[in-house]
Amino acid sequence: MEVVKIVGIGLAAGMLISILRQQKPELAMQLSIAAAAMIFLLMVSRIMQVVDVMQTLSTKARVDQAQMAAILKIIGIAYVTDFGSQVLQDAGEKSVASKVEMAGKILIILLALPIILAIMETVLKLLE
Amino acid sequence: MDVALLFKIAGVGIIVAVMATVLKQAGKDEQGQMVTLVGVLLVLMMVVSLLGKFFSLVRSTFMFQ
Repeated sequence: MEVVKIVGIGLAAGMLISILRQQKPELAMQLSIAAAAMIFLLMVSRIMQVVDVMQTLSTKARVDQAQMAAILKIIGIAYVTDFGSQVLQDAGEKSVASKVEMAGKILIILLALPIILAIMETVLKLLE
Repeated sequence: MDVALLFKIAGVGIIVAVMATVLKQAGKDEQGQMVTLVGVLLVLMMVVSLLGKFFSLVRSTFMFQ
């Protein structure tokens, strides 16, 4: 049972973090970073499987591979910025967290631009 | 790569907290600060290597070059 393992890690980390937070908040923050990274490392093989299925489906549906790569990159950026901003919010740095989120949004828009342009071109072609 | 690292970090944290408190009670505030600093650096080293692994894994999973 993988779920039990993950939930157990989460609960143990939560207890240790709440013990440490009263004494040394800086170490509690690092412990929460370590717990988050560890859970992702345990889950990464499952994420790989999902990504593989998505890719075979997209090749079957004849989606452009470049666009599929862009979508995957967007998911990655969203995950990493969310991770960073959550950790920062836990540490009480709300303003830095919101800047990190803003940077993530800008990068996502940048990656989505080619897809938006392709949609616009298709719409214009239909209108003519 | 397992859960032992979490307990290692928590152990360092608790020991550092206790040592800092004891040193403070003994009137050696500077040493307490040093102990805290060393503990933070020690944990930072573990966390940074884990974080590097995490970021490279995200990069390879979501096909960044």
